[in-house]
Amino acid sequence: MPWISKLDTLDRRWLFLVMGLLVAGPLIFPAGLPLKVSPPVRSFHDTIEKVPNGSTVFMPCDYDPGARPEMVPMTKTAFRHLLSKDCKVVVTVLWNAGPGLVEATLNEVAREFPNKTYGVDWVNLGYKAGDDAVMVLMGQGIKNAFPRDYRGNPTSTIPLMNNVRDYSSFPLMVNISAGFPGTKEWVQQVQSRFHLPMVSGCTAVSAPEYYPYLQSGQLQGLLGGMAGAAEYELVRGEKGLATKGMDAQSLAHMFVAFCIVFGNIVQRLKRREAA
Amino acid sequence: MSLHLSPDLSVWLGALLTLCIFSFLYKDNPLYRFAEHLFVGVSAGYYIILNFWTVIVPNLWEPFTKTVANAGGGAGVGSLFLPRLGDYRIFLAVPGILGLLLFTRLFGKIGWMSRFALAVIIGVYAGIRTTGAAQADFVAQVEGSLKPLWVAGDVGASVNAIIFTIGIITSLLFFFYSREHKGGLGVASKLGISFLMVSFGAGYGYTVMSRISLLIGRFQFLIEDWLGLR
Repeated sequence: MPWISKLDTLDRRWLFLVMGLLVAGPLIFPAGLPLKVSPPVRSFHDTIEKVPNGSTVFMPCDYDPGARPEMVPMTKTAFRHLLSKDCKVVVTVLWNAGPGLVEATLNEVAREFPNKTYGVDWVNLGYKAGDDAVMVLMGQGIKNAFPRDYRGNPTSTIPLMNNVRDYSSFPLMVNISAGFPGTKEWVQQVQSRFHLPMVSGCTAVSAPEYYPYLQSGQLQGLLGGMAGAAEYELVRGEKGLATKGMDAQSLAHMFVAFCIVFGNIVQRLKRREAA
Repeated sequence: MSLHLSPDLSVWLGALLTLCIFSFLYKDNPLYRFAEHLFVGVSAGYYIILNFWTVIVPNLWEPFTKTVANAGGGAGVGSLFLPRLGDYRIFLAVPGILGLLLFTRLFGKIGWMSRFALAVIIGVYAGIRTTGAAQADFVAQVEGSLKPLWVAGDVGASVNAIIFTIGIITSLLFFFYSREHKGGLGVASKLGISFLMVSFGAGYGYTVMSRISLLIGRFQFLIEDWLGLR
């Protein structure tokens, strides 16, 4: 069949074009496809909700601009969630290209809470090299590992840090992670050693690796990628970047599924023809 | 719907560089290579400065110089090493020297000295990671896998637990290579492959979602932040 040989040599740039249109279209003309909140996302939300108001929560944000579309929406919603509960938030970043992006994201959310002050209600301790070693060092004292915050202030002079010694100062860790170092390392080095309850928001590509931690109770909630972030926004009654991107996400997935099925049919017909 | 182009120069720069990178989808070209090289150069410079000011200065240089400055007793501390006061800061000289040894790779003849630093790095990380993985990925995962097969009053949970247990056992049997996969073992390992295929499929689906999310993020930036289409 001539159309099979034509498809076999189809220029892949046509696929790129179709994918581009399928992603751009819903962003310009949103369809508002329905979303359903999955149990891991519900647990993520409920675990934060159960933290007593006014507690000091540890929120490591381990990502860089490469994971921005997935990580920033969940960072915003989680940080907003914690501030709305009057929780104090201690943020660290173990990815070297991340601190600037994280600082900008936190500041954007903090502006919605005019009565919240940097150093009193939240602090960004910034970046530290060493991956797992930093996590272990923080167990001996967070000020040891971070003598200064991201803005250059000595950590010992920051009011919020007066009541923070080590992991025992936190009732919960909310990790936003794009890979290594991230959720896996926090579970290995901190959750299992210091028994600090933990929830994670991660990139979709790393979510399957973390589901066993959720199943075993090492994680108490999990947001997987943009879909997880959009569901979390839905629970919180927000309509952020993740929700806006989900129509495009769904259409793109349908297209990928179509390409896989259609490609298999074409290959089967080709084999039959050759036989 | 109308255009509201951004007046922000940094947004324009970001948008033009994004288009330079996207141009690779058509074919390799100088604009793509320019953006790629610019990214590599800027990133390298940024990482060096960031590490210097946020790691080397506050964690090594400042505490070390303070210790040395106080060693003469100027601030009431008369030694570089005061364990009774919990002061071990002179030990910071050790990582400082090891860090410097790494740079000996730049000087051919004495390059071998960098191996001391590498040995410490590999040893420390192997130790930290082995204990962490043993606790979190072995003990805790085995513990989490021991589930009651029958959950009273919840048929769904019971079915889940049974499927979960069959999945674990058959997947493990698939990796048992000491006997030929025939008979009962063959059936179990084939079932194990099915479970593994399901997990690979889920992994692939999630990977697609991640990559599409990156594309959506760039398109959101171009459409909303740059073009201001609303």
